[in-house]
Amino acid sequence: MKDFVLPDDRDLGTPARKGPPVTLTIDGFAVTVPAGTSIMRAAFEAGIPVPKLCATDSVEAFGSCRLCLVEIEGRPGTPASCTTPVAEGMVVHTQTARLKKLRKGVMELYISDHPLDCLTCAANGDCELQDMAGVVGLREVRYAPGANHFEDRCGEAANPLFLPKDDSNPYFSYDPQKCIVCSRCVRACEEVQGTFALTIAGRGFDSRVSPGMAEPFLQSECVSCGACVQACPTATLSEKSVAEIGTPDRSVITTCAYCGVGCSFKAELRGDELVRMVPWKHGKANRGHSCVKGRFAWGYAQHRDRILKPMIRDRIDEPWREVTWDEAFAHTARRFREIQARHGRGAIGGITSSRCTNEETYLVQKMIRGTFGNNNVDTCARVCHSPTGYGLKQTFGTSAGTQDFDSVEQADVVIVIGANPTDGHPVFASRLKKRLRQGAKLIVIDPRRIDLVRSPHVEAAHHLALMPGTNVAVLTAMAHVIVTEGLVDEAFVRARCDWESFQDWAAFVADPSRSPEATEKLTRVPAAELRAAARLYATGGNGAIYYGLGVTEHSQGSTTVMAIANLAMATGNIGRPGVGVNPLRGQNNVQGSCDMGSFPHELPGYRHVHDDTARAIYESLWGTPIDPEPGLRIPNMLDEAVAGRFKGIYIQGEDILQSDPDTRHVAAGLAAMECVVVQDLFLNETATYAHVFLPGATFLEKDGTFTNAERRINRVRRVMAPLPGLADWEVTQRLAQAMGAQWHYNHPAEIMAEIAATTPTFAGVSYELLDREGSVQWPCNAAAPQGTPVMHVDAFVRGKGRFILTDYVPTDERTGPRFPLLLTTGRILSQYNVGAQTRRTANSTWHAEDLLEIHPHDAEVRGIREGQLVRLASRSGETTLRATITDRVAPGVVYTTFHHPETQANVVTTDFSDWATNCPEYKVTAVQVSPTNGPSDWQRDYAAHAEASRRIAHAAE
Amino acid sequence: MSPEKLARMANQIAAVFAALPEDEAARNVAQHLNDFWAPAMRAELLDLIASGSGRLHPLVHAAVPHLRRPAEARA
Repeated sequence: MKDFVLPDDRDLGTPARKGPPVTLTIDGFAVTVPAGTSIMRAAFEAGIPVPKLCATDSVEAFGSCRLCLVEIEGRPGTPASCTTPVAEGMVVHTQTARLKKLRKGVMELYISDHPLDCLTCAANGDCELQDMAGVVGLREVRYAPGANHFEDRCGEAANPLFLPKDDSNPYFSYDPQKCIVCSRCVRACEEVQGTFALTIAGRGFDSRVSPGMAEPFLQSECVSCGACVQACPTATLSEKSVAEIGTPDRSVITTCAYCGVGCSFKAELRGDELVRMVPWKHGKANRGHSCVKGRFAWGYAQHRDRILKPMIRDRIDEPWREVTWDEAFAHTARRFREIQARHGRGAIGGITSSRCTNEETYLVQKMIRGTFGNNNVDTCARVCHSPTGYGLKQTFGTSAGTQDFDSVEQADVVIVIGANPTDGHPVFASRLKKRLRQGAKLIVIDPRRIDLVRSPHVEAAHHLALMPGTNVAVLTAMAHVIVTEGLVDEAFVRARCDWESFQDWAAFVADPSRSPEATEKLTRVPAAELRAAARLYATGGNGAIYYGLGVTEHSQGSTTVMAIANLAMATGNIGRPGVGVNPLRGQNNVQGSCDMGSFPHELPGYRHVHDDTARAIYESLWGTPIDPEPGLRIPNMLDEAVAGRFKGIYIQGEDILQSDPDTRHVAAGLAAMECVVVQDLFLNETATYAHVFLPGATFLEKDGTFTNAERRINRVRRVMAPLPGLADWEVTQRLAQAMGAQWHYNHPAEIMAEIAATTPTFAGVSYELLDREGSVQWPCNAAAPQGTPVMHVDAFVRGKGRFILTDYVPTDERTGPRFPLLLTTGRILSQYNVGAQTRRTANSTWHAEDLLEIHPHDAEVRGIREGQLVRLASRSGETTLRATITDRVAPGVVYTTFHHPETQANVVTTDFSDWATNCPEYKVTAVQVSPTNGPSDWQRDYAAHAEASRRIAHAAE
Repeated sequence: MSPEKLARMANQIAAVFAALPEDEAARNVAQHLNDFWAPAMRAELLDLIASGSGRLHPLVHAAVPHLRRPAEARA
């Protein structure tokens, strides 16, 4: 398939503006642009590139390089076009004798303090300084050698102004000798990323870019998002991969396969070798920004641990045997059919992947429903956002966030609850911080003091540091304040919501037992602080709620989602830009995998299997009956396996042994099965219990679509051929064919056509539309041919919004004398989920192991010192890891991440789960922590098991 | 799955709807079980109720008349 043609990707110098049209003349051409636009941008839009160095359209103009000077009729001097706004009737000249002379003089000065090693420079051919020297016609530098920043020696002595190259960051280098001090990196760090890690130290000739307090990049506050590298016009900040490989010569627009933000990237290649991933400025989710994962952590795709041949074995204590694809499919089909013959149709099932494409997910559920003949299909959303699906469907009528990410630019008050965007969803966090710096107010509801609570130029108005497990009590108390203080938007509620359900709800929350004062003892949130936060949200203008797994992964996860929806409806914060209820999805395609019918009770498009009409659509198309009863969810499959009734599973791109709770129970379930099929890039932890391994393809190796947290369907484009020979959708198709399915898809576009033909919310989606529009947000159909940025605008999907009573029910997981602390879990910026990808990149430089955060008070009474190995034990199991002492967590609360299999934090988590969806309660586990001097028995046994189980008997060549 | 876990899950659902009037609550509990529990799990729950051994929330008992009887006891 031909590469998709890149839309206009030019740098227009300064950011776009919105305003009434203004017409001016530039070099004799009339140009019309919005008021407030710079002359520079107007010129670029007219096709007249003005020479420039310090301007780039990702940051505000700065006016320091003096190269973009223009002359304006009737105005004196030669103003900088980047900082001069257009005016009606203005007549501008960009190329005059005076300007030419000035520019040449400026360039001569720049080059007088710059090395002339262009031929061996990493930026050769991709350097704006080099380009500008050519543009202005610089032919000589008349200055005599003297003080400079680029020669390591001056005469016999060392040059005191020379700073050596900083290679401390694993992905990019900082070479001060190439720096022209244009400040683009500093401004990108501030404006785009919002970290403020860089500054210009010194003045005049002494000016230098300084990470932190003139530290190496790696030791500074830098989060390695790459915005500075992107902004740098020279080789000063450049990707090490470009230095090693050379400049790329072709590019493909695709979508990142990490978090649910779904950033668009330009994969830049030379031949089929990936040189770099650059955030794409027209990407509607990321608007040209990226984080350390998507931008840099793609080396796993070429990692030597990748398994490229199918493998089988009869028992998990045997070494793997490499086989051909045909043998693998025939073997698996035979085993699955044998199991069904002996144990019943429902004895097998499968798990779709939230990392794979919509098309692949659709095929896996189609195979399970149509070819396996049951509804035993589930996805990892079970363990993250299944309560979002349930809760938003009950209240609003559909299972998705209500806004696009652009919406945050119009929010006035933002509640972040149970999410840590600067680590989990960094590009959204940067967009949020930008809005907060403009003056929007922030309320953080989280047991832990996440970075957003206080970081440079951002400070939360309120941080409600609640006890883990009390979300419902806190949100209901906020509702209590809003109702009893008369802050309800009654006009909205009367017009848009079910009035009767509102009245029941209002009476329920107004009960004095649900006031902040009454619940303070259990939530530990000061009542006055909670009241102030509730008032701010209800009265502060556009109120937007963003939430994450700290909401859903509780025994009352679904109830909390409904409590959030209730708050948004009661305050009228639904149905326009700047407001809404926004789940931050963990994985790249969690939204899509849910949309595609991955749940055991739902067909694609969230239609229940009880729904005869929906079933009939697929029954007639697929030519097979569909079971009208819901199937088993992941935890139910494992329970049934332990009970001896569930015997075979096909797991595509999911590592349930590491990511699912109560590892020992998961292991017991897998061990009880007769045929575990794992399709993955690597021999992951689950594969240590597998009988068939089917190699997977990375997102770089296949075509398809991902749907991000804002319902945006983005294209994934094949950048290189699949290393194992087949893309994941082809593997599923071949397996289904081996089991008798009559499928003949030649390209994922045909699968999308089937999805569109059968799913009302996707009716208008096609690859052609996506290529034309870049991306669309579902629903995309006849009523909304360009997609739907904001949902529930005039009416809720279910008609009237429904208020639901949210009674606080404490979790069964209680602290007590043996387990007095509460453990909650989360993520860190540099690692992703189970770490299978990021641990195989240099991202481990930032986070090489999981650490246990513990409050100084709790550490002291246990005699725990910083960095000490500690035993973390719960009623389910125990593990060991190193402790770090911090007051980010409150006394009584400890925190860790789950990125490393050596720790396996989920050995400790319990099998308690959300009442509605069985989403596990990862966020609350009663634990004890004590010093120790070695790994737990589980860790020792598991390490031995994992090593033995990963042996491969390579076929003789 | 273990009878204790099954009972715990059913009781969790009952507790959520307990704030509603009893008949509505019972119907909600039943609908939730019909919509989200596989027939095999509903059959196990019915067995548990019939055996009288599980410690179940009164609303779980009240939901029984509204429960969809699984066509095959073990799917």
